[in-house]
Amino acid sequence: MNHIISVLVENKAGVLAKISGLFSRRGFNIGSLAVGPTDDEKISRITLEVNAEEHSIEQIIKQLYKLINVIKIQELDPSNIVERELVLIKVSADSKTRPEILEIVSVFRANIVDVAKKTLMIEITGNSKKVKALEDLLRPFGILELVRTGKIACTRGGKY
Amino acid sequence: MAKITGAQMIIKCLKEEGVEVIFGYPGGKVIPLYDALFDSDIRHILVRHEQGAAHAADGYARVTGKTGVCIATSGPGATNLVTGIANAHMDSIPIVAITGQVGTAQIGTDAFQEADITGIAAPVTKHNYLVKDVKELPRVIKEAFRIASTGRPGPVLIDIPVDITTDLIDENFKLDISLPGYKPTLKGNLKQVRMAAKKIAESKKPVIFAGGGVISSGASDILRKFVKIAKIPVITSLLGMGSFPENNELSLSMAGMHGTKYANLAFTEADLIIAVGVRFDDRVTGKLSEFAPEADIIHIDIDPAEIGKNVKVLIPVVGDAKIVLTDLENEYRKYIEKKGIPDRKEWLSRIKKLKEDYPLKYDRSSNKVKPAYVVEKIYELTKGDAIICTEVGQNQMWAAQFYKFTKPRTLVSSGGLGTMGFGLPAAIGAKIGRPDKTVIDIAGDGSIQMVSQELSTAVTNKINIKIMLLNNGYLGMVRQWQEFFFKKRYSQTCIYNCVDFVKLVEAYGGVGFRVKKKEEVEGAIKKALEINNLVLVDFWIDREENVYPMVAPGSPISEMLESEMLEGV
Ligand SMILES: Cc1ncc(C[n+]2csc(CCOP(=O)(O)OP(=O)(O)O)c2C)c(N)n1
Ligand SMILES: [Mg+2]
Repeated sequence: MNHIISVLVENKAGVLAKISGLFSRRGFNIGSLAVGPTDDEKISRITLEVNAEEHSIEQIIKQLYKLINVIKIQELDPSNIVERELVLIKVSADSKTRPEILEIVSVFRANIVDVAKKTLMIEITGNSKKVKALEDLLRPFGILELVRTGKIACTRGGKY
Repeated sequence: MAKITGAQMIIKCLKEEGVEVIFGYPGGKVIPLYDALFDSDIRHILVRHEQGAAHAADGYARVTGKTGVCIATSGPGATNLVTGIANAHMDSIPIVAITGQVGTAQIGTDAFQEADITGIAAPVTKHNYLVKDVKELPRVIKEAFRIASTGRPGPVLIDIPVDITTDLIDENFKLDISLPGYKPTLKGNLKQVRMAAKKIAESKKPVIFAGGGVISSGASDILRKFVKIAKIPVITSLLGMGSFPENNELSLSMAGMHGTKYANLAFTEADLIIAVGVRFDDRVTGKLSEFAPEADIIHIDIDPAEIGKNVKVLIPVVGDAKIVLTDLENEYRKYIEKKGIPDRKEWLSRIKKLKEDYPLKYDRSSNKVKPAYVVEKIYELTKGDAIICTEVGQNQMWAAQFYKFTKPRTLVSSGGLGTMGFGLPAAIGAKIGRPDKTVIDIAGDGSIQMVSQELSTAVTNKINIKIMLLNNGYLGMVRQWQEFFFKKRYSQTCIYNCVDFVKLVEAYGGVGFRVKKKEEVEGAIKKALEINNLVLVDFWIDREENVYPMVAPGSPISEMLESEMLEGV
């Protein structure tokens, strides 16, 4: 099962290393990870995607809580969140394929952020499903490079 | 305002924390710190290897309940501490380790004697700090002691670059501690406690399983009080020994791989385990899927991550053992006042029978020096009132089995990490913490050679510990496994007669004598206890004596190998 956990930490040197160290030490894998300061610059949010059994997730969360710099942990309910990742895709494009690619890009409401003689760079934000769909459609043209951020997520409505 | 150096500030802060003694070893990056220490009345014990400093701080903490402190220089000094820190981490012992570090400007350049000690030690510390500004020192030191000694105790490391110790700071500078993510739960949820009380009252065959948490939280008295009214037999882990008096009829001593058979069978037959401050280590549970098959588990622990980690728990209570047990005793008393005292005659007579049927045994008629006999004599002659430190291996298990622990903080033994070489330096720390007590290291010939240089520390500081060396000329515990499971192929475990321990201890200025005959055992122990110096008694024990009973690795704890089953196989 895929779980998204959102961890508020003190924004201090070494905290990320402590968290990633804990994961590898306890034999858990991180699927994706995104870090950045919150509106309070002393506090950062780390969003982690973890594939694990229910029991393991419980252990991960408890072990994370033991890190002194961890302030709060939430496991996000996938049915009640907005999740996003941002992906940059550099794809081969010549005069023949370019129109077709542009069409796909517009259907996905993605953006062209760089145009060169033989390539296009596309920026897309969305949930994993949407990104994956675009990726699949672009693959036949030749994906030269693909860079993605970790997933970030926020619960809907009044709960926070 | 008067300015002082960072080093002076460190000493000032340590004094404010009530530190009376530091175990350490100097080096380039801590010279300023040692210079400040020179003017201080904090006692410093110069060890001979930094591992000894960490173990001594650990031993000191175990017997006093205070936080132990050790210091090492950067690089190799710091890495030498790591085993000791890991040992304290596994056994939840509060120590603060201060390491020197290369100057802030040099960090990350592979400077001379640079080691990323906060990185190296992260997995084996409760928390650690790299101090980058002298102004952080007062706050960091305060936080370190707070973290080490509260909640589930553990080691905290503070890495201090040398320039921070020479930078100047206002003498009275202070910053409030800031630990927004650190709030250990002390008070257990009362609803859970009530549920637990009811469950206990309804149980026909309950056992209490008491661990190191009972000792570290100071819950031994309330445990005894609770047992007195609830009449529930008590099993301990190795680290829990002393939390409940072993000479009490309800004590089942230690369970597990080399625990008593009656404790293991009681676990197996119990319908309820009330676990307090234990973590269900594999050395206790044996084959997990067959551990205590009939029992529901109430688990009281200060660390929520321990609850449900290894065994399934019916009623979890997160909190400090002492506070929770106090509430539990109260709730239980109220419950039975209303509903009556549960009748557990049958279970208690079953327990009594188990104890009668499966006592710990060894060949008492043998005229060889049996290790169990030596330990029993030590118990007798110290009237059970000594602090017993152990090394690791067979010696440790014989000490645990045959010394009857009746008070908390009287057994000092490396449980979780099983660190050979722990006993001697830990005994040094223990004796400094409790100079009023007889402190004995029940040692093994292999283990003590890992740290024998600390004999010098003990003698030069007049730390009169008594070392009872159970010398079998083997890495005995490993040899025992080789005997049972590897067809007696004693690969690299014979260390027979490789050093004259009597001469060794004499070389350091201590007293040593050798015992090869059973009839000399008693006299030798008496003499050792009387001599006002460090004494090592080199007992040449029956070399291939094994520790029984034993649960083979991977077996359920109900299946124990006993001497009769194996002799002649
Ligand atoms: C540092 C360390 N290295 C290796 C071991 C593995 N080990 C466990 S017990 C043991 C033998 C200990 O020998 P000794 O101190 O003579 O004790 P005995 O079992 O003979 O009483 C060994 C090698 C260990 N526990 N710790
Ligand atoms: Mg030995």
